[in-house]
Amino acid sequence: MARFLLKRLFSATLTLFAVSVLTFLMFFALPRDPVSSICSKNCNPERLERVRDDLGLNDPLISQYAGYMKGIVTGRDLGSAQGGRCDAPCLGWSYVTNEAVSDTIARVLPVTLSIVIPAAILWLLLGVGLGMVSALRRGTWLDRLAIGFSLTGASLQLYFVGAVLLLVFVYNLRLLPVPSYTSLFDNPAKWASGLVLAWVALAFLFSAIYARLSRAQMLETLSEDFVRTARAKGLAKPTVYGRHALRAAITPVVTIAGLDVGGALGGTVITETTFGIQGLGRTAVDAVRSGDLPTIMATVLIAAVFVVLANVLVDLLYAAIDPRVRLR
Amino acid sequence: MSLSPVEGVALAEIESGTDPGGPAVKGVVGRSPGQLAWLRLRRDRTAMVSGVLLVFFLLLGLAAPLIEMVYGIGPREQFQNMLDGFGMPLGYAGGVSGEHWFGLEPGLGRDIFIRLIYGLRTSLFIAFAAALITATIGIVLGALAGYLGGWLDAVINWITDLTLAMPFLIIALALTPTITLRFYGERGQVSSAFGVGVLIAVFAIFGWTSTARLVRGQVIALREREFVEAARASGAGLGHMLFRQLLPNIWAPILVSFSLAVPQFITSEAALSFIGVGLSDETPSFGRMIYRSLDFLQTDPAYVFFPGITIFALVFAFNLFGDALRDALDPKSSR
Repeated sequence: MARFLLKRLFSATLTLFAVSVLTFLMFFALPRDPVSSICSKNCNPERLERVRDDLGLNDPLISQYAGYMKGIVTGRDLGSAQGGRCDAPCLGWSYVTNEAVSDTIARVLPVTLSIVIPAAILWLLLGVGLGMVSALRRGTWLDRLAIGFSLTGASLQLYFVGAVLLLVFVYNLRLLPVPSYTSLFDNPAKWASGLVLAWVALAFLFSAIYARLSRAQMLETLSEDFVRTARAKGLAKPTVYGRHALRAAITPVVTIAGLDVGGALGGTVITETTFGIQGLGRTAVDAVRSGDLPTIMATVLIAAVFVVLANVLVDLLYAAIDPRVRLR
Repeated sequence: MSLSPVEGVALAEIESGTDPGGPAVKGVVGRSPGQLAWLRLRRDRTAMVSGVLLVFFLLLGLAAPLIEMVYGIGPREQFQNMLDGFGMPLGYAGGVSGEHWFGLEPGLGRDIFIRLIYGLRTSLFIAFAAALITATIGIVLGALAGYLGGWLDAVINWITDLTLAMPFLIIALALTPTITLRFYGERGQVSSAFGVGVLIAVFAIFGWTSTARLVRGQVIALREREFVEAARASGAGLGHMLFRQLLPNIWAPILVSFSLAVPQFITSEAALSFIGVGLSDETPSFGRMIYRSLDFLQTDPAYVFFPGITIFALVFAFNLFGDALRDALDPKSSR
């Protein structure tokens, strides 16, 4: 177990290292001058040169990268123009927002977490539940309804669903306020009412995919010998379905869920844009528009960290869910 | 919805005798797997309906200039005289009329119907081009990795894992303007063909890994079979092994993954244009239209619905057809 975890974490670190190098090369090495976008029109050459020096853009690439990575691990001094000392998870200084990138991230990360985590709980429960029910009631109207739901949901687009939800619940019925983010710890009711549309939209689209997947898996599992054996030895239906079949059927669902949740935590760009909520995804979009390289770099890295961590977690969950899996 | 394998084959066998167009002699008729799949597909009502819908969409996209001629309005023409003082279209449902079937865009006053037709064309072109390129790269690299194994396999696997860890939307978001800037400079006027090309390139770079993974798995399953060994023993070269021996056996899953990749690229293109990086406003595109329409959600909801429902119908038809194709090609699969 410990050996498996160590091996897995090692390969995860390797992947993250590669992602960071690639992203760094992609954005810092491509001949787009990151400085010209900071002061686009009225900038004298001296100031440009100074900014370039501050950012370390005149250093060789390797030392730029080393400096960046060192900043993340131990923090570094950025010079007075960039707010001086930058503490441990130092992601650089943004000339566009005039603050440390880690501060920006610390502000927007809770927003994305607040969107994704409740939505993920909702879509997993709804999707897997629907898939299970329609597999157990195969061929009934309930099954057909669930199939229709998942086919429709899998073809709908988040921005369209979001727009319709906004139109109905915010502008026409006026049941909900215009979506916005308030901290959960300040005002839980306002937190929920401001984000509930985003949860519903995400959950609707994702649960469609999960319903489909878990239905197919459950149908396959139900035809397996061990299910028949369990029934034959006289176990009650709920025990067979809930304990024996569900465990085997849910394993592939967990893989996909890990990837989806990990990916979503890295920024729900479309959701945030549709509902006008400033989370990680919107921050990334804004950073791209204004050419804010340190912020782009940080958002890509954080998204990659989430995906990689989610993968490790999924591997561990496998062992917990499916007794046939041995970790090596 | 799907026929069980036994029924499907049995039906094909029985009906071939009674089929007036088929061979008149009763008895066992030899059919290739491809013919069987085609028969199953033809008998699937969902497949036929969605297939017809797809052909309709394809024709609409292909005939866009023709439709423009008949319709008499171009995608860039503006009808400011049909808007009120606030730039909102006059009349009901966003200015729907006999002249402007789907109404007008608020602000610029362009005709929505003809822009949707051209948007369909852009969208389908990008999606098919991207799907073809990714399938080609994926097939070649996946087959090589699966057949040869060793370091090549390790490298390709690692790249696949890496692309999975990269947030596609954000990378594409950041990469597209960077590439454009590299070619055009800060102030260059970007042509719409170039924007389309960049999008296809970005999709190709990130999209091939899923096909590669699929093909690799299939090839590994076939690698140790007798016919492969026999071909190798008679001195077949690498190209012959891959494309003559292995590939013909794995067309079915590739075809299914291709048909399901096209709607994915359609939605990705719309998503990228939605966040404002894919295509410029000059090129008609679904994503751009929806993005612009969000500002008028309260005042002109019809503007949101026309492009939204069109994308839905397009993607829905593709998904249904892809599923039906899977059922037809792989009768063992249950969904």
